[in-house]
Amino acid sequence: MPQFDQIDTFLSQAFWLVITFGALYFLMAKFALPRLASILEERENRVSGDLEKAERLKQEAEEVLADYQKAIADARASAIAALKESADEIAAIGAKRQAEFDAQLADKTQIAEDKINAARSEAMEHIKDVAVEVATAATGKLLGSDVTESKVSKAVDDVLGGKS
Amino acid sequence: MASGSIDPMHQFEIHPIVSLQLGSYDISFTNSALFMVLSVTLITGFLVFSTRGRALVPGRWQSMAEMGYEMVANLLRDNVGSEGRKYFPFVFSLFMFILFGNIIGLIPGAFTFTSHIAVTFAMAIVIFLAVTVIGFARHGAGFLRLFFPHGAPLWTAVILIPIELVSYLSRPISLSVRLFANMVVGHVLLKVLGGFVIMLGIFGIFPIGVLVGIQALELLVAALQAYVFTILTCIYLHDAIHLH
Repeated sequence: MPQFDQIDTFLSQAFWLVITFGALYFLMAKFALPRLASILEERENRVSGDLEKAERLKQEAEEVLADYQKAIADARASAIAALKESADEIAAIGAKRQAEFDAQLADKTQIAEDKINAARSEAMEHIKDVAVEVATAATGKLLGSDVTESKVSKAVDDVLGGKS
Repeated sequence: MASGSIDPMHQFEIHPIVSLQLGSYDISFTNSALFMVLSVTLITGFLVFSTRGRALVPGRWQSMAEMGYEMVANLLRDNVGSEGRKYFPFVFSLFMFILFGNIIGLIPGAFTFTSHIAVTFAMAIVIFLAVTVIGFARHGAGFLRLFFPHGAPLWTAVILIPIELVSYLSRPISLSVRLFANMVVGHVLLKVLGGFVIMLGIFGIFPIGVLVGIQALELLVAALQAYVFTILTCIYLHDAIHLH
Protein backbone atom coordinates (compact mmCIF):
# COMPACT_ATOMS: atom_id res chain seq x y z
CA MET A 1 0.00 0.00 0.00
CA PRO A 2 1.65 3.24 -1.11
CA GLN A 3 -0.04 5.03 1.81
CA PHE A 4 2.26 3.17 4.21
CA ASP A 5 5.14 2.32 1.91
CA GLN A 6 5.99 5.78 0.65
CA ILE A 7 6.94 7.15 4.05
CA ASP A 8 9.44 9.47 2.38
CA THR A 9 6.53 11.41 0.86
CA PHE A 10 4.82 12.13 4.20
CA LEU A 11 6.68 15.34 4.76
CA SER A 12 5.98 16.61 1.28
CA GLN A 13 2.27 15.74 1.65
CA ALA A 14 2.06 17.50 4.99
CA PHE A 15 4.02 20.48 3.66
CA TRP A 16 1.75 20.97 0.65
CA LEU A 17 -1.31 20.35 2.79
CA VAL A 18 -0.27 23.20 5.06
CA ILE A 19 0.53 25.47 2.10
CA THR A 20 -2.65 24.76 0.14
CA PHE A 21 -4.97 24.66 3.12
CA GLY A 22 -3.43 27.85 4.45
CA ALA A 23 -4.02 29.50 1.10
CA LEU A 24 -7.60 28.22 1.03
CA TYR A 25 -8.22 29.48 4.57
CA PHE A 26 -6.86 32.89 3.65
CA LEU A 27 -8.91 33.08 0.43
CA MET A 28 -12.09 31.95 2.20
CA ALA A 29 -11.67 34.17 5.25
CA LYS A 30 -10.65 37.28 3.29
CA PHE A 31 -12.74 37.09 0.14
CA ALA A 32 -15.27 34.32 -0.42
CA LEU A 33 -16.95 34.18 2.99
CA PRO A 34 -17.29 37.93 3.64
CA ARG A 35 -18.78 38.27 0.19
CA LEU A 36 -21.27 35.45 0.74
CA ALA A 37 -22.09 36.80 4.19
CA SER A 38 -22.74 40.26 2.78
CA ILE A 39 -24.95 38.84 0.02
CA LEU A 40 -27.02 36.89 2.53
CA GLU A 41 -27.19 39.79 4.94
CA GLU A 42 -28.20 42.17 2.19
CA ARG A 43 -30.96 39.81 1.16
CA GLU A 44 -32.17 39.46 4.71
CA ASN A 45 -32.16 43.22 5.15
CA ARG A 46 -33.97 43.66 1.87
CA VAL A 47 -36.59 41.08 2.76
CA SER A 48 -37.17 42.48 6.23
CA GLY A 49 -37.18 45.98 4.74
CA ASP A 50 -39.80 44.93 2.24
CA LEU A 51 -41.86 43.32 4.97
CA GLU A 52 -41.62 46.50 6.99
CA LYS A 53 -42.64 48.54 3.97
CA ALA A 54 -45.59 46.25 3.33
CA GLU A 55 -46.61 46.61 6.96
CA ARG A 56 -46.37 50.38 6.70
CA LEU A 57 -48.38 50.46 3.47
CA LYS A 58 -51.02 48.25 5.04
CA GLN A 59 -51.24 50.59 7.99
CA GLU A 60 -51.53 53.55 5.63
CA ALA A 61 -54.28 51.80 3.72
CA GLU A 62 -56.09 51.13 6.97
CA GLU A 63 -55.75 54.78 7.92
CA VAL A 64 -57.13 55.82 4.55
CA LEU A 65 -60.01 53.39 4.97
CA ALA A 66 -60.73 54.77 8.44
CA ASP A 67 -60.64 58.33 7.07
CA TYR A 68 -62.95 57.33 4.26
CA GLN A 69 -65.39 55.67 6.64
CA LYS A 70 -65.27 58.70 8.90
CA ALA A 71 -65.90 61.00 5.94
CA ILE A 72 -68.86 58.89 4.89
CA ALA A 73 -70.25 58.91 8.42
CA ASP A 74 -69.75 62.68 8.62
CA ALA A 75 -71.43 63.19 5.27
CA ARG A 76 -74.33 61.04 6.34
CA ALA A 77 -74.65 62.90 9.62
CA SER A 78 -74.54 66.28 7.91
CA ALA A 79 -77.04 65.10 5.32
CA ILE A 80 -79.38 64.01 8.08
CA ALA A 81 -78.87 67.33 9.84
CA ALA A 82 -79.51 69.27 6.64
CA LEU A 83 -82.59 67.21 5.97
CA LYS A 84 -83.87 67.83 9.47
CA GLU A 85 -83.08 71.52 9.21
CA SER A 86 -84.94 71.93 5.96
CA ALA A 87 -87.85 69.92 7.28
CA ASP A 88 -87.96 72.23 10.31
CA GLU A 89 -87.70 75.23 8.04
CA ILE A 90 -90.51 74.00 5.87
CA ALA A 91 -92.59 73.26 8.94
CA ALA A 92 -91.80 76.73 10.33
CA ILE A 93 -92.70 78.41 7.05
CA GLY A 94 -95.90 76.38 6.89
CA ALA A 95 -96.78 77.31 10.45
CA LYS A 96 -95.99 80.96 9.81
CA ARG A 97 -98.13 81.03 6.69
CA GLN A 98 -100.87 79.24 8.52
CA ALA A 99 -100.70 81.87 11.27
CA GLU A 100 -100.62 84.69 8.74
CA PHE A 101 -103.54 83.16 6.93
CA ASP A 102 -105.44 82.71 10.18
CA ALA A 103 -104.76 86.31 11.15
CA GLN A 104 -105.86 87.52 7.73
CA LEU A 105 -108.95 85.41 7.94
CA ALA A 106 -109.73 86.74 11.39
CA ASP A 107 -109.19 90.29 10.15
CA LYS A 108 -111.48 89.74 7.20
CA THR A 109 -114.07 88.10 9.38
CA GLN A 110 -113.85 90.99 11.78
CA ILE A 111 -114.22 93.51 8.94
CA ALA A 112 -117.19 91.60 7.54
CA GLU A 113 -118.80 91.34 10.95
CA ASP A 114 -118.22 95.03 11.51
CA LYS A 115 -119.73 95.78 8.15
CA ILE A 116 -122.70 93.55 8.94
CA ASN A 117 -123.11 95.17 12.31
CA ALA A 118 -122.82 98.61 10.80
CA ALA A 119 -125.31 97.66 8.14
CA ARG A 120 -127.64 96.26 10.74
CA SER A 121 -127.42 99.27 13.02
CA GLU A 122 -127.88 101.47 9.96
CA ALA A 123 -130.87 99.39 8.99
CA MET A 124 -132.16 99.67 12.50
CA GLU A 125 -131.77 103.45 12.32
CA HIS A 126 -133.73 103.52 9.09
CA ILE A 127 -136.35 101.16 10.51
CA LYS A 128 -136.82 103.54 13.39
CA ASP A 129 -137.19 106.55 11.10
CA VAL A 130 -139.54 104.66 8.81
CA ALA A 131 -141.50 103.36 11.76
CA VAL A 132 -141.80 106.81 13.28
CA GLU A 133 -142.85 108.21 9.97
CA VAL A 134 -145.29 105.40 9.28
CA ALA A 135 -146.60 105.51 12.82
CA THR A 136 -147.04 109.27 12.66
CA ALA A 137 -148.79 109.05 9.33
CA ALA A 138 -150.93 106.10 10.41
CA THR A 139 -151.85 107.70 13.65
CA GLY A 140 -152.71 110.90 11.86
CA LYS A 141 -154.89 109.04 9.39
CA LEU A 142 -156.57 106.90 11.99
CA LEU A 143 -157.07 109.44 14.70
CA GLY A 144 -157.22 112.37 12.48
CA SER A 145 -155.19 114.33 14.88
CA ASP A 146 -151.67 115.29 14.77
CA VAL A 147 -149.40 113.47 17.07
CA THR A 148 -146.11 115.00 18.00
CA GLU A 149 -143.21 113.35 16.44
CA SER A 150 -141.36 113.14 19.73
CA LYS A 151 -144.13 111.07 21.27
CA VAL A 152 -144.15 108.68 18.35
CA SER A 153 -140.39 108.40 18.47
CA LYS A 154 -140.58 107.53 22.13
CA ALA A 155 -143.24 104.90 21.47
CA VAL A 156 -141.22 103.38 18.67
CA ASP A 157 -138.18 103.30 20.86
CA ASP A 158 -140.22 101.52 23.48
CA VAL A 159 -141.37 98.94 20.95
CA LEU A 160 -137.97 98.43 19.40
CA GLY A 161 -136.49 98.45 22.91
CA GLY A 162 -133.52 96.21 23.35
CA LYS A 163 -133.61 95.09 19.72
CA SER A 164 -131.52 97.92 18.26
CA MET B 1 0.49 -6.61 -6.98
CA ALA B 2 1.87 -7.92 -10.21
CA SER B 3 0.31 -6.92 -13.53
CA GLY B 4 0.60 -3.13 -13.82
CA SER B 5 -2.57 -2.29 -15.75
CA ILE B 6 -4.99 -3.57 -13.16
CA ASP B 7 -3.00 -3.03 -10.02
CA PRO B 8 -5.66 -1.40 -7.79
CA MET B 9 -2.99 0.20 -5.60
CA HIS B 10 -1.18 1.89 -8.44
CA GLN B 11 -3.58 4.84 -8.34
CA PHE B 12 -2.41 5.75 -4.84
CA GLU B 13 1.25 6.06 -5.73
CA ILE B 14 2.80 9.43 -5.21
CA HIS B 15 5.38 10.63 -7.67
CA PRO B 16 7.12 13.98 -7.74
CA ILE B 17 6.37 16.42 -10.51
CA VAL B 18 8.89 19.04 -9.43
CA SER B 19 11.60 17.85 -7.05
CA LEU B 20 12.19 20.30 -4.24
CA GLN B 21 14.52 20.12 -1.28
CA LEU B 22 14.29 22.26 1.83
CA GLY B 23 17.58 21.66 3.54
CA SER B 24 17.77 17.90 3.81
CA TYR B 25 13.99 17.53 3.63
CA ASP B 26 12.14 16.42 0.51
CA ILE B 27 9.20 18.73 -0.14
CA SER B 28 8.73 17.85 -3.81
CA PHE B 29 5.66 19.13 -5.60
CA THR B 30 3.89 15.80 -6.27
CA ASN B 31 0.68 14.65 -7.95
CA SER B 32 -0.90 14.84 -4.48
CA ALA B 33 0.17 18.48 -4.11
CA LEU B 34 -1.06 19.20 -7.64
CA PHE B 35 -4.56 18.02 -6.74
CA MET B 36 -4.50 20.00 -3.52
CA VAL B 37 -3.67 23.12 -5.51
CA LEU B 38 -6.35 22.18 -8.04
CA SER B 39 -8.93 21.80 -5.25
CA VAL B 40 -8.09 25.14 -3.72
CA THR B 41 -8.22 26.78 -7.15
CA LEU B 42 -11.56 25.21 -7.99
CA ILE B 43 -13.11 26.05 -4.61
CA THR B 44 -12.00 29.65 -4.81
CA GLY B 45 -12.95 29.87 -8.49
CA PHE B 46 -16.36 28.39 -7.80
CA LEU B 47 -17.13 30.68 -4.89
CA VAL B 48 -15.81 33.82 -6.56
CA PHE B 49 -17.43 33.05 -9.92
CA SER B 50 -20.79 32.10 -8.46
CA THR B 51 -21.07 35.22 -6.31
CA ARG B 52 -19.73 37.71 -8.86
CA GLY B 53 -23.23 39.02 -9.63
CA ARG B 54 -24.11 39.41 -5.93
CA ALA B 55 -27.65 38.72 -7.09
CA LEU B 56 -30.53 39.36 -4.76
CA VAL B 57 -32.31 36.41 -6.34
CA PRO B 58 -29.56 33.81 -6.73
CA GLY B 59 -28.98 31.79 -9.86
CA ARG B 60 -27.97 28.13 -9.83
CA TRP B 61 -24.28 28.69 -9.10
CA GLN B 62 -24.87 31.30 -6.45
CA SER B 63 -27.52 29.05 -4.86
CA MET B 64 -24.97 26.26 -4.57
CA ALA B 65 -22.43 28.55 -2.95
CA GLU B 66 -25.06 29.90 -0.56
CA MET B 67 -26.25 26.40 0.29
CA GLY B 68 -22.70 25.35 1.13
CA TYR B 69 -22.24 28.44 3.26
CA GLU B 70 -25.51 28.02 5.11
CA MET B 71 -25.06 24.29 5.57
CA VAL B 72 -21.69 24.73 7.29
CA ALA B 73 -22.95 27.76 9.21
CA ASN B 74 -25.95 25.81 10.53
CA LEU B 75 -23.77 22.83 11.33
CA LEU B 76 -21.49 25.02 13.39
CA ARG B 77 -24.34 26.92 15.06
CA ASP B 78 -26.27 23.76 15.95
CA ASN B 79 -23.24 21.94 17.33
CA VAL B 80 -21.10 24.66 18.83
CA GLY B 81 -23.41 27.64 19.26
CA SER B 82 -22.60 31.29 18.82
CA GLU B 83 -19.08 30.86 20.28
CA GLY B 84 -18.22 28.81 17.20
CA ARG B 85 -18.54 31.77 14.83
CA LYS B 86 -14.87 32.62 14.87
CA TYR B 87 -13.98 29.09 13.75
CA PHE B 88 -16.37 29.30 10.81
CA PRO B 89 -13.75 30.12 8.13
CA PHE B 90 -11.67 27.16 9.29
CA VAL B 91 -14.59 24.71 9.38
CA PHE B 92 -15.89 25.94 6.04
CA SER B 93 -12.45 25.63 4.42
CA LEU B 94 -12.06 22.17 5.91
CA PHE B 95 -15.41 20.99 4.53
CA MET B 96 -14.79 22.42 1.08
CA PHE B 97 -11.21 21.11 0.94
CA ILE B 98 -12.23 17.54 1.77
CA LEU B 99 -15.38 17.65 -0.37
CA PHE B 100 -13.52 18.89 -3.45
CA GLY B 101 -10.59 16.53 -2.80
CA ASN B 102 -12.97 13.57 -2.61
CA ILE B 103 -15.05 14.54 -5.62
CA ILE B 104 -12.17 15.49 -7.90
CA GLY B 105 -10.60 12.15 -6.98
CA LEU B 106 -13.58 10.36 -8.50
CA ILE B 107 -12.73 11.65 -11.96
CA PRO B 108 -11.03 8.70 -13.72
CA GLY B 109 -7.27 9.20 -13.78
CA ALA B 110 -7.35 11.81 -11.03
CA PHE B 111 -5.48 11.55 -7.76
CA THR B 112 -7.30 11.55 -4.41
CA PHE B 113 -5.16 13.26 -1.79
CA THR B 114 -7.69 12.37 0.93
CA SER B 115 -6.93 8.67 0.33
CA HIS B 116 -3.60 9.14 2.08
CA ILE B 117 -3.32 8.62 5.79
CA ALA B 118 -0.53 11.19 5.93
CA VAL B 119 -2.92 13.92 4.78
CA THR B 120 -5.98 12.85 6.78
CA PHE B 121 -3.93 12.26 9.91
CA ALA B 122 -2.19 15.60 9.56
CA MET B 123 -5.59 17.31 9.40
CA ALA B 124 -6.97 15.24 12.27
CA ILE B 125 -3.99 15.82 14.55
CA VAL B 126 -4.09 19.57 13.91
CA ILE B 127 -7.79 19.61 14.81
CA PHE B 128 -7.13 17.45 17.87
CA LEU B 129 -4.34 19.69 19.12
CA ALA B 130 -6.24 22.87 18.35
CA VAL B 131 -9.34 21.60 20.19
CA THR B 132 -7.23 20.58 23.20
CA VAL B 133 -5.53 23.99 23.26
CA ILE B 134 -8.90 25.77 23.00
CA GLY B 135 -10.27 23.61 25.81
CA PHE B 136 -7.43 24.37 28.19
CA ALA B 137 -7.39 28.04 27.21
CA ARG B 138 -11.10 28.40 28.02
CA HIS B 139 -11.35 26.23 31.11
CA GLY B 140 -7.80 25.83 32.38
CA ALA B 141 -7.46 22.69 34.47
CA GLY B 142 -11.27 22.49 34.51
CA PHE B 143 -11.02 21.09 31.01
CA LEU B 144 -10.01 17.81 32.64
CA ARG B 145 -13.60 17.49 33.85
CA LEU B 146 -14.29 16.38 30.28
CA PHE B 147 -12.91 13.00 31.34
CA PHE B 148 -15.31 12.56 34.22
CA PRO B 149 -19.00 13.20 33.56
CA HIS B 150 -20.64 15.56 36.03
CA GLY B 151 -22.89 13.78 38.55
CA ALA B 152 -21.45 10.29 38.17
CA PRO B 153 -20.66 8.46 41.44
CA LEU B 154 -17.08 9.05 42.50
CA TRP B 155 -16.07 5.37 42.52
CA THR B 156 -16.93 5.10 38.80
CA ALA B 157 -13.94 7.36 38.11
CA VAL B 158 -11.74 4.26 38.12
CA ILE B 159 -13.57 2.99 35.05
CA LEU B 160 -14.79 6.18 33.43
CA ILE B 161 -11.60 8.20 33.36
CA PRO B 162 -9.53 5.61 31.46
CA ILE B 163 -12.41 5.05 29.02
CA GLU B 164 -12.92 8.76 28.40
CA LEU B 165 -9.19 9.30 28.09
CA VAL B 166 -8.78 6.53 25.55
CA SER B 167 -11.78 7.70 23.55
CA TYR B 168 -10.42 11.26 23.60
CA LEU B 169 -6.92 10.24 22.54
CA SER B 170 -8.24 7.98 19.79
CA ARG B 171 -10.12 10.86 18.19
CA PRO B 172 -7.42 11.84 15.69
CA ILE B 173 -6.96 8.20 14.70
CA SER B 174 -10.66 7.45 14.19
CA LEU B 175 -11.18 10.78 12.43
CA SER B 176 -8.31 10.27 9.98
CA VAL B 177 -8.72 6.53 9.41
CA ARG B 178 -12.45 6.90 8.67
CA LEU B 179 -11.87 9.30 5.78
CA PHE B 180 -8.74 7.56 4.51
CA ALA B 181 -10.27 4.05 4.61
CA ASN B 182 -13.50 5.13 2.93
CA MET B 183 -11.61 6.75 0.10
CA VAL B 184 -9.19 3.86 -0.38
CA VAL B 185 -11.89 1.19 -0.35
CA GLY B 186 -14.06 3.06 -2.81
CA HIS B 187 -11.25 3.64 -5.25
CA VAL B 188 -9.95 0.06 -4.99
CA LEU B 189 -13.45 -1.23 -5.66
CA LEU B 190 -13.82 0.99 -8.70
CA LYS B 191 -10.41 -0.07 -9.98
CA VAL B 192 -11.08 -3.79 -9.51
CA LEU B 193 -14.43 -3.52 -11.28
CA GLY B 194 -12.73 -1.52 -14.01
CA GLY B 195 -10.22 -4.38 -14.33
CA PHE B 196 -13.08 -6.84 -14.80
CA VAL B 197 -14.48 -4.69 -17.58
CA ILE B 198 -11.16 -4.88 -19.44
CA MET B 199 -10.64 -8.60 -18.78
CA LEU B 200 -14.12 -9.63 -19.93
CA GLY B 201 -13.86 -7.83 -23.26
CA ILE B 202 -17.30 -7.60 -24.86
CA PHE B 203 -18.95 -9.04 -21.74
CA GLY B 204 -17.46 -6.21 -19.79
CA ILE B 205 -20.75 -4.44 -20.43
CA PHE B 206 -22.15 -6.13 -17.28
CA PRO B 207 -19.57 -4.92 -14.80
CA ILE B 208 -19.86 -1.46 -16.38
CA GLY B 209 -23.48 -1.33 -15.18
CA VAL B 210 -22.34 -2.17 -11.66
CA LEU B 211 -19.49 0.32 -12.01
CA VAL B 212 -21.93 3.13 -12.79
CA GLY B 213 -23.88 2.31 -9.64
CA ILE B 214 -20.74 2.11 -7.52
CA GLN B 215 -19.55 5.42 -8.97
CA ALA B 216 -22.81 7.05 -7.86
CA LEU B 217 -22.42 5.47 -4.43
CA GLU B 218 -18.85 6.76 -4.21
CA LEU B 219 -20.07 10.26 -5.04
CA LEU B 220 -22.42 9.97 -2.07
CA VAL B 221 -19.61 8.64 0.11
CA ALA B 222 -17.35 11.51 -1.01
CA ALA B 223 -19.89 14.10 0.14
CA LEU B 224 -20.87 12.14 3.24
CA GLN B 225 -17.31 11.68 4.48
CA ALA B 226 -16.60 15.38 4.03
CA TYR B 227 -19.74 16.06 6.05
CA VAL B 228 -18.82 13.52 8.74
CA PHE B 229 -15.31 14.93 9.09
CA THR B 230 -16.75 18.42 9.44
CA ILE B 231 -19.50 17.52 11.90
CA LEU B 232 -17.05 15.61 14.10
CA THR B 233 -14.77 18.63 14.11
CA CYS B 234 -17.77 20.69 15.25
CA ILE B 235 -18.58 18.19 17.99
CA TYR B 236 -14.98 18.26 19.25
CA LEU B 237 -15.13 22.05 19.25
CA HIS B 238 -18.35 21.86 21.24
CA ASP B 239 -16.68 19.62 23.84
CA ALA B 240 -13.77 22.00 24.13
CA ILE B 241 -16.02 25.05 24.54
CA HIS B 242 -18.91 23.67 26.58
CA LEU B 243 -17.46 20.50 28.22
CA HIS B 244 -20.24 18.04 27.31
